[in-house]
Amino acid sequence: MPYIQIREGLPGIRGLFAFRPETAQPLSELAELLLHQPGTLTPGERELIATYVSSRNDCYYCQTAHGAIAAHHLGGHEDTVQAVKRDFERADISGKLKALLAIAGKVQSGGKNVQPEDIARARQEGATDLEIHDTVLIAAAFCMYNRYVDGLATWSPTDPEGFRERAAKVASDGYLGVLGYIHAAHAGP
Amino acid sequence: MPHIALPEGVPGILGPMAFRPETAKPLNELAETLLRGPSTLSPGERELIAAYVSSRNDCLFCQSIHGAVAAYHFDGNEQLVLDVKRSAERAPVSDKLKALLAIAGEVQHRGKHVTAGEIERARQAGATDLEIHDTVLIAAAFCMYNRYVDGLGTWAPREPEAYREPAATLAREGYVASVR
Repeated sequence: MPYIQIREGLPGIRGLFAFRPETAQPLSELAELLLHQPGTLTPGERELIATYVSSRNDCYYCQTAHGAIAAHHLGGHEDTVQAVKRDFERADISGKLKALLAIAGKVQSGGKNVQPEDIARARQEGATDLEIHDTVLIAAAFCMYNRYVDGLATWSPTDPEGFRERAAKVASDGYLGVLGYIHAAHAGP
Repeated sequence: MPHIALPEGVPGILGPMAFRPETAKPLNELAETLLRGPSTLSPGERELIAAYVSSRNDCLFCQSIHGAVAAYHFDGNEQLVLDVKRSAERAPVSDKLKALLAIAGEVQHRGKHVTAGEIERARQAGATDLEIHDTVLIAAAFCMYNRYVDGLGTWAPREPEAYREPAATLAREGYVASVR
């Protein structure tokens, strides 16, 4: 049971967004910019970084939700998501994404753990400053989202089909749709 | 030296924020709402939570600037900030703030480390659901800001004096207005 009284039936971070719309706004905008807006990293690649960090933080809701969105972007390849979580160095992904995932893993364990050689490896694989910046911020942001979701003991569904359906919607519409829903609920009866 | 080409001469998070203004906007709005928005916790109390978490994450820039903002709100009491960083339980702060700092410390470590017992302690000390929510989100957010600042290898002044004036500006004008 969640530690605070949030509206029933809304899992994970969505219940927290409904509880506190003022903070839901910047939190959703940040996710939209980092994961959904056009960039030189594909949405699938960025969702894989988010999933990998959430998996390392052992956040069930975030790793399942973003894993499903990543798989959707990757043409339904849930096995790629599992392979990245298990051992990304051996997964069927680009050398650049492997180098960025290595940086994300360092950020997850502590910002100072990122070493110049981690950055050099990413550059050799063709990563730009902006891609390195966004990788660090995605990893850092999921160290926040994961702690927010688990620190308040939110509830998560376990049915993979439900996650797939929601993933398809987020993959096409992005992360701001939830805000309209929350504001409508607050304005309601 | 920073890991990517950031504008020179700007310390800590200001470099990455100038590098990527698009993400700076929600990052500053989140800080503004959490640390300065309407709340039953005072801005000083919320800045102490931010400084405490940043200290536990060993982030020099964040613990220095938010420690200085906290001290500003507590009439310049820099010793109070040092006391909280050294031991929240023994610091001269309210029982409610001690209980909230204990929750923040667990969040810093890992979200799942927060126990029902710690939540109960905060409630007994008078904390509301919203105060508990905001404490968890402040702690979680600083686990992000700290990693952002250190993960890109940004530079930060060592001398505490360097933070006093910027802290006073932040305390007066806030995170959205003064960083723009």
